[in-house]
Amino acid sequence: MTEPTESTNKVAPRKDSTSIVKKTLAKRYAAEKRFRFYGAAAIAMSLAFLVLLLGSILVKGLPAFVETHMLIDVTLDSKTLGVEEGATQQQLKAANYHSLIKKSMRGMFPEVKKRKAKKELYKLVSTSAEYKVRDQLMANPSQLGETISVWVLADDELSSFYKTGALADRSKLTHTRLSEQQIAWASTLEEQGKLRKKFNTTFFKNGDSREPEQAGIRAALMGSILTLLITFLLSFPIAVATAIYLEEFAPQNRWTDLIEVNINNLAAVPSIVFGLLGLAVFINFFELPRSAPVVGGIVLSLMTLPTIIIASRAALKAVPPSIREAGRGLGASQLQVVTHHVLPLAMPGILTGTIIGLAQALGETAPLLMIGMVAFIVDIPTSVTDAATVLPVQVFLWADSPERAFLEKTSAAILVLLVFLIVMNAAAVFLRKHFERRW
Amino acid sequence: MTTTNLVLLLLGLGLATFFYGRQKAYVVSKSHGGMRNMHSLPSQHGVMVAIWCALPALLLVLFWKLAEPAVISSMLNSVIPASVMDGGDKAIGLYKNDIANIIESGKASSNPEKQVVADRWVALSSISSWVLLAIVLAIAAIGAATALRKISPDTRARVMVERVVHWFLIICSSIAILTTVGILCSVLFESFRFFQQVSFVEFVTGTKWSPQTAIRVDQVGSSGSFGAIPLFTGTLLISAIAMVVAVPIGLLAAIYLAEYASDRMRAFAKPLLEILAGIPTVVYGFFAALTVAPAIREWGELIGLSPSSESALAAGVVMGIMIIPFVSSLSDDVITAVPQAMRDGSYALGATHSETIKKVVLPAALPGVVSGILLAASRAIGETMIVVMAAGLAANLTANPLEAVTTVTVQIVTLLTGDQEFDSAKTLAAFALGLMLFFTTLVLNIIALHVVRRYREQYD
Repeated sequence: MTEPTESTNKVAPRKDSTSIVKKTLAKRYAAEKRFRFYGAAAIAMSLAFLVLLLGSILVKGLPAFVETHMLIDVTLDSKTLGVEEGATQQQLKAANYHSLIKKSMRGMFPEVKKRKAKKELYKLVSTSAEYKVRDQLMANPSQLGETISVWVLADDELSSFYKTGALADRSKLTHTRLSEQQIAWASTLEEQGKLRKKFNTTFFKNGDSREPEQAGIRAALMGSILTLLITFLLSFPIAVATAIYLEEFAPQNRWTDLIEVNINNLAAVPSIVFGLLGLAVFINFFELPRSAPVVGGIVLSLMTLPTIIIASRAALKAVPPSIREAGRGLGASQLQVVTHHVLPLAMPGILTGTIIGLAQALGETAPLLMIGMVAFIVDIPTSVTDAATVLPVQVFLWADSPERAFLEKTSAAILVLLVFLIVMNAAAVFLRKHFERRW
Repeated sequence: MTTTNLVLLLLGLGLATFFYGRQKAYVVSKSHGGMRNMHSLPSQHGVMVAIWCALPALLLVLFWKLAEPAVISSMLNSVIPASVMDGGDKAIGLYKNDIANIIESGKASSNPEKQVVADRWVALSSISSWVLLAIVLAIAAIGAATALRKISPDTRARVMVERVVHWFLIICSSIAILTTVGILCSVLFESFRFFQQVSFVEFVTGTKWSPQTAIRVDQVGSSGSFGAIPLFTGTLLISAIAMVVAVPIGLLAAIYLAEYASDRMRAFAKPLLEILAGIPTVVYGFFAALTVAPAIREWGELIGLSPSSESALAAGVVMGIMIIPFVSSLSDDVITAVPQAMRDGSYALGATHSETIKKVVLPAALPGVVSGILLAASRAIGETMIVVMAAGLAANLTANPLEAVTTVTVQIVTLLTGDQEFDSAKTLAAFALGLMLFFTTLVLNIIALHVVRRYREQYD
């Protein structure tokens, strides 16, 4: 019997190694704790980045949802305007409102005499005041000659100053381009109750503008919606058809392999390359219009196709083969099995993938820069061939502007974009949770 | 009638003929002793009729609209003045552009000669659309009539419909291949034209990048030099910084989530990490340019350095944050895929949890982790908006992360935004850069996918 001798031979070293192990145990446990801590720290750090990112944008962007209005008394006298009593709408439209606003500003501070001071005074009010007064007069031409009080937009510099509460406490805003004189006027206005803060509706009603207080995201939002509509109309049917073909019909041959390899590679091609494709093929070769949502939609749908195809294939694969066998057993053709049974069961998964793909497309910027969707768009686009821009590109454009007020507009536009993304992703999660069947 | 309306009309006709065909199939089935004697269902007959009615007509509309501009354009040549025709293709193109503008503006031109051409153009377009409408309606009617006559118990409507659907599926799935071919053709073709003007060797070995080409012949200091080395090093520098941030954080986060975290913690932290991947890149760009870059500048000045306000560091760090989830989610997948038996074996030998991870789990998961890192790297190289907004335009050849560098993607964007002449070396250079970018990321992806596939086979 050799076993006992072997074990007795090993007893001595084992006792020894136990003590060695015990000696290093504290160190090993410390290493264990350290390693675990590193992991937790990595997660904490990523989440801290996330909070920092969203927090900084939230803090910068929230003030943009408030705008400052100023109450001015305007005397609609026909001499300044240069129109007669009973003027046509056309004449009223072309009248000189610029001088009218200047005059009413001077009327509020009659002590201002110097040219330079007057110029500073005029700068307190937004240029949009003219249009506001014009629209009011055109709606009621009988008001010509009367004095009316109108709330008009204040200029962006005054607005940022007033919104932060710096009028009462100067320490709240140290960088301002307002002069001491302008601040004094603003205080007077405030005391007379002629300044007020309101929810910023201009931001949601207007297109882009060079004047920050008049700039809005409506045009970009419409552009995004039109582009996404094209993207959805193209990518959804094509992706679902591709997924059905590959999962249910495709024979195992070279062509099928080639398609699969292509889809996987396209999923990882940088988005800017799709922009080059759009520029060279759709704009230069097919001569589709530049800056149009239709081209943007085509490019983005090519980009999102792989995402939707991969998700749809996974959803189709999850439908158990017994469903197909039951269908075939009752004499249905392959296509009937797919359209009547497999596809409806896979639909929640396919829709989830589609929404996620569209959310990706909504946030995409680079390929759209290539096809000219970086234009300065004031008019709200109404058709897919109009020149348009989209939300992320609007963010990109505003981020480049030097004005302080555009900084908050940029952050606010980002917040709107993020709200849309959150809604879309929440819808995807809802679909997945409530309609997806586990087999 | 606009094309959209025509297409909608045809789709409406298709729908109407579907219902009519289905109804007729019911009637036919009754006179033949009920449905059981029909080869196909009434709805299949209906679809057959609709396809016969709308499909050929829709295809004709497509080809007509593709050919129409060229045909009208050549028919216009007879009314264009001879003086313009003698000026060559370019002059004719310009002239036609003028005419198109006149038509679009909707106002009469001050030049009566041009007005004649414009009127002719409008007349031809209107004739073309009426002729198209007539032919299309005729085809639709003939198609529907033929198909309606075919409805009988022996007609294999289902087989015919399914064959059409089958071809539709094949065509849709081939779009992926067409896209790749389109990308390849567009970048290869334009790059080829670029390399006719600038030698390939100069492009890949030159160290000076200043793509301004002279607009006038006598202009000073804008000869244009296309040495892309500074762009490649800039791209590598920023991507390397991003990887330095993303790989340790992403990998450690993945290990923690896969090995230590409780189910609740996992359910909470994983989606939050994925949010980082879902935030649009333009938001990261804004964050990098307006929050991180100024902060780095301030801190740098505190310790006596003078970082550029468009430093590679800011763009790199933010890009690193963006790709954390790419590293972590793929690593997480492969770590969870390592068989539990391997861990159990390690525990049985007395190893602690972290020792098991370091000595057993990670080596086993290494191929998957590496391919995740490669995919993340390809993402970093192709990333555009962060660098466009936070990195500079100056093509500096430097390895100092505090200086401004530029990248391949930044240059593509700057060369191609705004209006340029499409044939200049400047715009073509963007396509050459695009070609480089496409192949670099393609190679990285192919390697990564290959490694992952082999690894999966090992444990499945």
